[in-house]
Amino acid sequence: MIAIIDYGVGNLFSLCSSFRKIGAQITVTADPNLIEAADKLILPGVGAFADAAKKLRDSGLDIVIKEQAAKGKPIMGICLGMQMLFEKSYEYGEHEGLGLLKGSVVPMEVRIPENLKIPHIGWNALHFSKDSKLFRYIKEEDCVYFVHSYYASDCEDSVIATAEYGRELTAAVEQGNVFGCQFHPEKSGEVGLNILRSFCDLEVTP
Amino acid sequence: MITKRIIPCLDIKNGRVVKGTNFQGLSDVSDPVALAAYYSASGADELVFYDITASFEGRQLFTDILTKVASEIFIPLTVGGGINTVEDFDRVLKCGADKVSVNSGAIRNPKLIREAAQKYGNQCVVLSADIKRVNGEFRVFAKGGREDTGMEAIEWIRRGVALGAGEVVVNSIDTDGVKGGFDTPLLEAVCDAVKVPVIASGGAGSMAHFVELFKAIPDIDAGLAASVFHFGQIAIPDLKRELRNNDIIVRV
Repeated sequence: MIAIIDYGVGNLFSLCSSFRKIGAQITVTADPNLIEAADKLILPGVGAFADAAKKLRDSGLDIVIKEQAAKGKPIMGICLGMQMLFEKSYEYGEHEGLGLLKGSVVPMEVRIPENLKIPHIGWNALHFSKDSKLFRYIKEEDCVYFVHSYYASDCEDSVIATAEYGRELTAAVEQGNVFGCQFHPEKSGEVGLNILRSFCDLEVTP
Repeated sequence: MITKRIIPCLDIKNGRVVKGTNFQGLSDVSDPVALAAYYSASGADELVFYDITASFEGRQLFTDILTKVASEIFIPLTVGGGINTVEDFDRVLKCGADKVSVNSGAIRNPKLIREAAQKYGNQCVVLSADIKRVNGEFRVFAKGGREDTGMEAIEWIRRGVALGAGEVVVNSIDTDGVKGGFDTPLLEAVCDAVKVPVIASGGAGSMAHFVELFKAIPDIDAGLAASVFHFGQIAIPDLKRELRNNDIIVRV
């Protein structure tokens, strides 16, 4: 069972549909007991970092997630959910994240050429920087769908793929049992479904 | 590099696709779910569903269909037609839409753009504008292109983006249905005015028109069309190949 952590940010319709499509058992929940009972966790998220981080803290789910990650349970953050895995974000101020991965989330503005539009919206090709279990069913240069204005930086330890948009932006991360995608696998067609499949197929050590 | 997007638009009335022709391997072209799946498998980068129903029952059918499409097809879905309030945003987003396009509703009440953008994020709000030349200026038309609002189009789009629209669909009434190519002067003026993605609509008649569009205006993000795809004049895989052969970066 995969628990999709529901902390009140974003619409989970497509994410749930895509897991159902690939035959995964899912539960959408904010219940620590169900999160603990699940084999794997998905941390979704759309919107502003500060608001999402506050919701995680207020619900106490930040502690639950950190405990589960420390036990070695596979967890994958998606979009803002991936950004939450890092130490901090500089989106409108400076905000603390979960700190499961080393690095920080910074604005594209001033860091990419001025002629490029922000947000980075659309389909872009993945460049693999390391081998990853997430890429089992996809290949280099496959395109995925992005919508974001901030990106994870100083995360050389965990970055496994980038996408070129004025510079190489962090597209996916993996470190131990912690995974993340900046793009939306649930909106990236077959390639996206195959990434979710590879997450579902990860072996879980009991 | 970000790829240029190709977007088929499906007009839905009472739960059925309004125009369509026979595609190989697709028995019911007016079934929105089947047609959406066909386009997605052909390499469409995004789909637009336009609700042209007027009745309450029709609207209900539309959201049922949207739910079905969104449960089966995993590419971005934009919904337009009859969006007048934040509640309308809510209604279609709950059914799996990713973006919502506003047109007449935003002309009547521009604050709708800001309210929706604050609630759902700028990326969710698409400003769609029907534009026609009147006395040498670009004018915004409302109600499906029937009513001249008197507003200058570039100024309206600039304002819509300032209010929070994260993307703009520019539909040229002058070139729409003529199939003589996209309205490059208009599109260029819009691209110069705003820094959000601009989607070209109106005028596609051949693959060469898409090549011309992306060559003439490198800042254009996407080309949208309906009939050339529905009537099978252009097959999306062929179009993508043609674009790629012309050094335009697309997702294949």
